[in-house]
Amino acid sequence: MAEAGKILSPPAGRQKERPDQRLNVIGTRMLRKEDPRFLVGRGHFIDDIELPNMAHAASLRSPHAHARIKSIDAGAARALPGVVCVITGAEAAQETAPLPCFANPSVEQRCLALGKVRHFGEPVALIVADSRYIAEDAAALIRVDYEPLPAVSDMMEAINSRGDAVLHPERGPDNVAEHRNYTFGPVEQEFAAAAHVVKRRLRWSRSGGQPLETAGAVASYDEGSGKFTIHVNGSMYNYIGFTIATALKVPSHQVNIVPADAGGSFGSKLFLHKVSVLAALGARASGRPVKYIEDRIDNITASDNHGSDRTYDVELALDASHRMTALRYRVVDDYGAYFQYGLGTHGNGFSQTVGPYRIRAVGAEIYAVFTNKCQQGACRGFGSEVTNFMIERIVDAAVDELKLDPIAFRHDNFIQPDEFPYQIPTGNLYDSGNYPGALDMAQQMLGYQDWRDKQQAARTKGRYFGIGVASCQEKGVFSATEFWMLNRSPGFALTSSPESASVKIDPTGKAVISLHAPCWGNSPETVAAMVLAEQLTMDPADISITYSDTDHGLPGTGPGGSRYTVMIAGAVTGAAAIIKEKLTRIAGHMLEAASHDLEFRQGKVGVKGAPGLEVSIAEIAMQAHFFRLSLPDDPTLTSGLDASYTYDHPLATLPKGEGDFGIFYPIMGHMCHMPVVEVDAETGQVSFLDYVAVHDCGTMINPMTVDGHVRGGTAQGIGTALLEEFRYDSNGQPLNTSFTDYLLPRVGNVPPQVRIGHLVTPSPYTEYGVKGAGEGGRMVAPPAVISAIEDALRPLGVRIDTVPVTPSRLRALIREAQTGQGR
Amino acid sequence: MTGMDEVEINVTVNGRPFKRRVEPRLLLTDFVRHEIGLTGTHVGCENGVCGACTVLLDGLATRACCTLAVQADGRRIETVESLGRVNNLSPLQRAFWEMHGLQCGYCTPGMLMLMTELLRENPHPDRDTIRARLNDNICRCTGYEDIVNSVERAVELMHAEQRR
Repeated sequence: MAEAGKILSPPAGRQKERPDQRLNVIGTRMLRKEDPRFLVGRGHFIDDIELPNMAHAASLRSPHAHARIKSIDAGAARALPGVVCVITGAEAAQETAPLPCFANPSVEQRCLALGKVRHFGEPVALIVADSRYIAEDAAALIRVDYEPLPAVSDMMEAINSRGDAVLHPERGPDNVAEHRNYTFGPVEQEFAAAAHVVKRRLRWSRSGGQPLETAGAVASYDEGSGKFTIHVNGSMYNYIGFTIATALKVPSHQVNIVPADAGGSFGSKLFLHKVSVLAALGARASGRPVKYIEDRIDNITASDNHGSDRTYDVELALDASHRMTALRYRVVDDYGAYFQYGLGTHGNGFSQTVGPYRIRAVGAEIYAVFTNKCQQGACRGFGSEVTNFMIERIVDAAVDELKLDPIAFRHDNFIQPDEFPYQIPTGNLYDSGNYPGALDMAQQMLGYQDWRDKQQAARTKGRYFGIGVASCQEKGVFSATEFWMLNRSPGFALTSSPESASVKIDPTGKAVISLHAPCWGNSPETVAAMVLAEQLTMDPADISITYSDTDHGLPGTGPGGSRYTVMIAGAVTGAAAIIKEKLTRIAGHMLEAASHDLEFRQGKVGVKGAPGLEVSIAEIAMQAHFFRLSLPDDPTLTSGLDASYTYDHPLATLPKGEGDFGIFYPIMGHMCHMPVVEVDAETGQVSFLDYVAVHDCGTMINPMTVDGHVRGGTAQGIGTALLEEFRYDSNGQPLNTSFTDYLLPRVGNVPPQVRIGHLVTPSPYTEYGVKGAGEGGRMVAPPAVISAIEDALRPLGVRIDTVPVTPSRLRALIREAQTGQGR
Repeated sequence: MTGMDEVEINVTVNGRPFKRRVEPRLLLTDFVRHEIGLTGTHVGCENGVCGACTVLLDGLATRACCTLAVQADGRRIETVESLGRVNNLSPLQRAFWEMHGLQCGYCTPGMLMLMTELLRENPHPDRDTIRARLNDNICRCTGYEDIVNSVERAVELMHAEQRR
């Protein structure tokens, strides 16, 4: 069992580059290297890939939420001119294995439904044709005889499903995918001793990343060599890409996966197994390259990447002096029809399950259930954004019930800056932080007291202003143990989550960095170039970036879990160290100076204290590449100037058992958001009067792109709080399958200005002290916004336990409060 | 393509005339992207909500995903490729770069064309005017504020250019 508190003998780190040094490039507002190609419309997105003789595929979607497939008649479709081939689920099953699943025991999912369909939109057949238009025409000609089965839509009903309503009968007699109990610390004792217990039922509805570009793949099959080439806009190909080959039943060296620029992901393109396998299957069957790209309905109903869908019953124990002591919850999570990452999103939440607070014990009962909906995958926060919502909502509930001050209560319960590294009850470690500092900064930036005064004045005029507060964690840099630590038996208990960078300096001194994971809309090229420029004192304009396919790829886990900047910084630093050693060695020879007398300055290597006595990196590179006989006759000094480095997780340990997961997500960022809203009580409309976002991601490589993440993540969190929900009826039919009614935030839905404050608490474990920043905005905005709305409506006694709180939901709550009904 | 009688259309794309035979059902997005080969125009929602496919048709911002290629017959199409080049960005593109008005870049061509229309109509839009027009399109990455800043910056750059 892990005991919460400061760790007195902290684990040794591997940090080589200290945060407190003087830096020239890191920390500057460098314009992004990625941008010019996107600005002129020359990105390489998946639909931009055209191969000679390419055919186009569409899938036939299941119209049923749950049904047996009795027969499929594709005769008319196959006869349509322009159709190349039609593949049914039964035919695909001859040539493919189930899609990758990381739950143990696994849940079988096929690229095309086999025997049964388990959600609306599930692909039933793949049509390959000369054009997408013809493929869709042909899909309409396929006759499928379905025998409808009882559909499960309600997560609570799923627990008690029986008979034909069970989606995966081979796993058991009901639709419970997993039911687990976890106890971290003395939960029972703390509740028994509590002076106050605050309870809430909370509802976090299903939403998703919904990038503007859907998922897709372009595959070709070379019959001569038996090799597939699959272009895809997903990630993790240099990590678990071989599992695509397994699904295609070919050896992994017979599949080369090539990344495309991704038009956004937000988690939803983490690992795109289905589109990859379908395109490859179509290519092998047709003998032509095949493009298969989800349309928006596919993406909404069958992307395999819906976000969490949870109902919490949560209890918070407090002592007589209002210190939070323990948290206990029962959560039911609707995972949809499959279970690709197992309970991963709950394991993720265990990394920060006490938030920024000194809560000593946590009890969690988790029900994961199957329903006839699109399965869950990844969505910005990977479940921890829901944990944050749960914590901050119960904190606000305590503040409300005990009539406390929301600022003072948080201050009194924060882990203090001198308590790091801090171990939380689950065994994870928080590397560093300054939570009171963030709260103070936010309060000051907002002009908190001024807004309280304005709120009072507004109330006298019948207007509802509200000030929200949320203080949340942003776990950064996952260790692979989180993939299996909640499995009933671990299964493939991997412990590596590396990232690599390869650096090559050509004979003229220009550098190319190869990354081994894709461009997802974050700024990997900018980050990699800035770190290398810092290391070698080069001009970032002399550095370009490429993305390795799997044939040439080194271990790369890719963006996700607020890790990529930390990991690229580590990998580039490691590769640069090897390059620097060689540059120094050759420069020493050229300058007849000892290595320890040399320094890097402005793209040159020179003798310390001797201005002008120096050689440029270009001059050294020319020697390294072409003048071997001018260099020392040492077999370890080979021609060329290149290096690859694989950076492993900077700080992780193995789980020690069910009550202690070890260190698995330690690079801990933090956010404090304070929105000010006005609620129109007549319409339920929420508008923003102000918004302050304080973010601490340690050392910033590029403050401009960090700000971009904060603003973008905040907007997405506002969407989660106010607008976004995949709605299904009681028969499992989706009710909103387009952006007409699945509402993404528009400019009118977000604050005109998000005023950003940066607190810099560097990590003692990562290079330069960098922490992750990609998820933070979405991980804090929902509780902050809901807190503000509740604060606005306090005179009416409105309590908000459900997101999204759409105008109609908010109106219903106001109406209930005004008519004295409710709760 | 097969299945329907093709129709001849004559369009001007970014100043160049094109004569093509197309199916009447061919969408303007597919025409521009796959028949003409200008892949800067993107497809997002496919039903006119997000605006990633925005092009100018006779100068008016138009959802190319909800327009048929035959509807463009005899008309003038402008796409993102009509703006600057990588080494010679237009003021609007330059401003998006300077102010971090894009992240993944997928909505960007649509945003640029929408704002091109606005700036032709009104070379001095204030923030509210920019926001009002920007409400037509969706960006999933930026939270919009940096796009508004970009358009304000573009106004500055355009006027600086005119003064030169």
